[in-house]
Amino acid sequence: MAELRLFGRSAAPGVAKGVVAVLDAARRPRREAAGTQAEEASALQLALSQALAEVEALAGRATGEAADMLGFQVAMLSDEELVRPALEGVGAGESAAAAWEAAMEVEIAGYRDARDDHFSARTADLEDIRDRVLGHLEPGGTGPVIPDGSVVVAADLPISRFLAIDWARGGAILLTQGSSTSHVAMLARARGVPMVVGLVGAANAMAGREALVDAATGEVVLDPTEATLAIFAAKADREMTAAAASATFRLRPAVTRDGTRIALNLNASSAHELEGLDPAICDGIGLVRTEILFHGPGALPDENAQYEAYRRIVAWADGRPVTIRTLDAGGDKPIPGVTVDGESNPFLGLRGIRLSLRHPALFQIQLRALARAAAHGDVRIMLPMVTVPAELEAGRKLLGEALASLARDNLPAGHPKLGIMIEVPAAAIAVDHFDADFFSIGSNDLTQYVTAAGRDIGTVADLADPMNPAVLRLIASVARHGRETGREVSLCGDAGGDVRVIGALLRAGLRSLSVAPAYVGAAKQAIAAIDLRDATP
Amino acid sequence: MKDHTATEHATDRTELINAVGLHARPSVKLTQLAKTFACRVEIALSAEGPWVDAKSPVKVMRVKAPRGAVLHVRTSGPGAAAAADALIALVRGGFGEETNQPADLRHG
Repeated sequence: MAELRLFGRSAAPGVAKGVVAVLDAARRPRREAAGTQAEEASALQLALSQALAEVEALAGRATGEAADMLGFQVAMLSDEELVRPALEGVGAGESAAAAWEAAMEVEIAGYRDARDDHFSARTADLEDIRDRVLGHLEPGGTGPVIPDGSVVVAADLPISRFLAIDWARGGAILLTQGSSTSHVAMLARARGVPMVVGLVGAANAMAGREALVDAATGEVVLDPTEATLAIFAAKADREMTAAAASATFRLRPAVTRDGTRIALNLNASSAHELEGLDPAICDGIGLVRTEILFHGPGALPDENAQYEAYRRIVAWADGRPVTIRTLDAGGDKPIPGVTVDGESNPFLGLRGIRLSLRHPALFQIQLRALARAAAHGDVRIMLPMVTVPAELEAGRKLLGEALASLARDNLPAGHPKLGIMIEVPAAAIAVDHFDADFFSIGSNDLTQYVTAAGRDIGTVADLADPMNPAVLRLIASVARHGRETGREVSLCGDAGGDVRVIGALLRAGLRSLSVAPAYVGAAKQAIAAIDLRDATP
Repeated sequence: MKDHTATEHATDRTELINAVGLHARPSVKLTQLAKTFACRVEIALSAEGPWVDAKSPVKVMRVKAPRGAVLHVRTSGPGAAAAADALIALVRGGFGEETNQPADLRHG
C-alpha cells in the first residue's frame, strides 16, 4: 500500500510511531438482541452502573475544570431519565447497545443543534457518556479501551479519556478538530504527548494502520515505506539524543558559563500538569494561568473550587514561590458569558485586568481564593494586561477588601505580594509609574503589541519576533528599573523557553525566566552555554 | 410575582441572570436543590409549559434555557411554597455565580 501523508497543526511537539486507534469510529451495534428483553435491559443497567462508578472514581481524583465536567457526567449518569428512552428501545426488541446508541443520538442531537454555544459545547460530554457505556456493552468492540502506545485519532478528545490513557507507554493524539489552546493540548504538552490538531483526512479510514507522527511539524504518514521509516527513525534518534542531553540538566540549577545564577521557573495551568514532576527541577512557578478553571460546564468556578486548585499547586511547589495570574480572559481566550463577543479587535479590547475590573464579584471570588491559598505557601498575585497605574491600585484595593472579608469570615489567609504583567507597551515604557511588588514580562503579547504583528496571523508572524531590538530594549529597561528599585523582574512568555532567544534575554539584564515544564532541560542547557562576559552578540 | 393559592401549590417566575443560563453547573445545582424537597417541582420557559421535572438533570438540560430567559417554577405537595421560594432564590442569586453587572473602575 502506498504511504499517505496528512497534515495538521502542531499542538504538542514530539515524534511517535504506532497503530491508529480511532476513538469515535462508526460502531455497528448488534441489531438483533442477543438475549431476552429482560437480559438486555439488565445488561444496559449494569453497563450504566459500571460507567457511573468509573466516572465517579475519575471525578474523585480530578480538580478544577475536569472535576466539574466529570461532576456533570455523574449527575447525568445518575439520572434514570437518561436511560429511559433506551429501555423503551429494548422493550421494542432492540439490543441494549443499539437501543442505547440510538437514544443517545437523539439526546446528543439536541445539544449539537443548540443555538447557544454553552450547550453545544457539552456535546463532547454526552458523546463521552455514550461511548463509555457502549464500551461496557461491547467488550472488544470500539469502546473506550485504547491500547497503550496507540496513535489516538478522534474528532476531539475529552479530558476524561486523556486521563484514562497511560501515555508513559508512548503514543500520540491526532484530532480532526480540536485546538492547540484546549486543556487537553496543555496536558499533552506538559506530559510530552505528541499532538496534532485540525488534521485533514478521513479519520475512520485510518483505524488499524501504522502511523508515523511528527507533531512539531504537524505531519502524519500512514503506511510508511521503508525509506520513510528510516528517515523517521533517524529524526526520532536525534530528538532522543538531544532530549537525553538536556535531561541531564533538568535537576541542576540554571547557571551561565560565567557562574551567574538564573532563576528558572515553570509555567503551568493546573496541578495535573505538574503530576509526576520533581519540584527540584525549578526555582518556583513563574506563571499559573487560571483561565482553564473557567472553562468547565456552567463555566464559573466557585471560591472553594479555585482555592482547592491553587492550594494543590502551592503544595506541589513545596515552599517555592508560586506566581498566579488572575483571570486573563479575552483576546484569544474567550470565556462564554464573561468575555465580550464580536469585538472588532479582541486583542485591543476588554481583556485581562480590564475584564476583571468590570466583573468585581467574579474578581473578588478569585482574590479570596488566592489569599486563602497564600496561607499554605509563598503565593504571589499577578495582574495581566495592566495599562495604567489606576488598574493596579484598583486591584490592590479589591485585594484589601478580599482580605478584610476573609478576616470577617474567620478563614485563614496569607498576604500575597501583588505584581503586574508587563505586556502592554504603555506599561513597559512607563514602568517607573507602577508601584508593583514585582514585574513579569509577558513576551508574547509585548512582542505582538510592539511589532503590531499577530503571532496567529501567518502572513505577518515572522514580524512578531521577540529578538526585535525594540522589544529587547523595552525588556532591558524594565530589568534595569527592577534592579534599581529592588523589585523582581521575570519573563514568562514563550521566548523564555526558546533557546535561540535566551542569550539575548539574559544580556538584556533578565535573571529570571519561566518556561513550560517540557523545556526546562533545554533551557538550562542553553543557559549553561552562555557567557555573559562576552560582548553583546 | 407570587401566587401561593394554597399550601400545596406554588408558582413563581424569574429571569435567568447568571452568565450562561441554565447550563451544566447551574442545572446540577438546581436539581440538587429540588431533590431536597419532597414535593413535585417543575420548571418551564412559559406559563403554558411544557413543564419539566426539576429533579432530573437530563430533563433540565434538555430545556436549554439561555441567559435572559424567564424561568417559571411550579410546585405541588408538602413544602411547595418553600420549594418554589428556594428555587427562585437560587436563580435570582445567579446560582452563586457572576451576573455580569458592570461596575465602575475604581481609581485608587
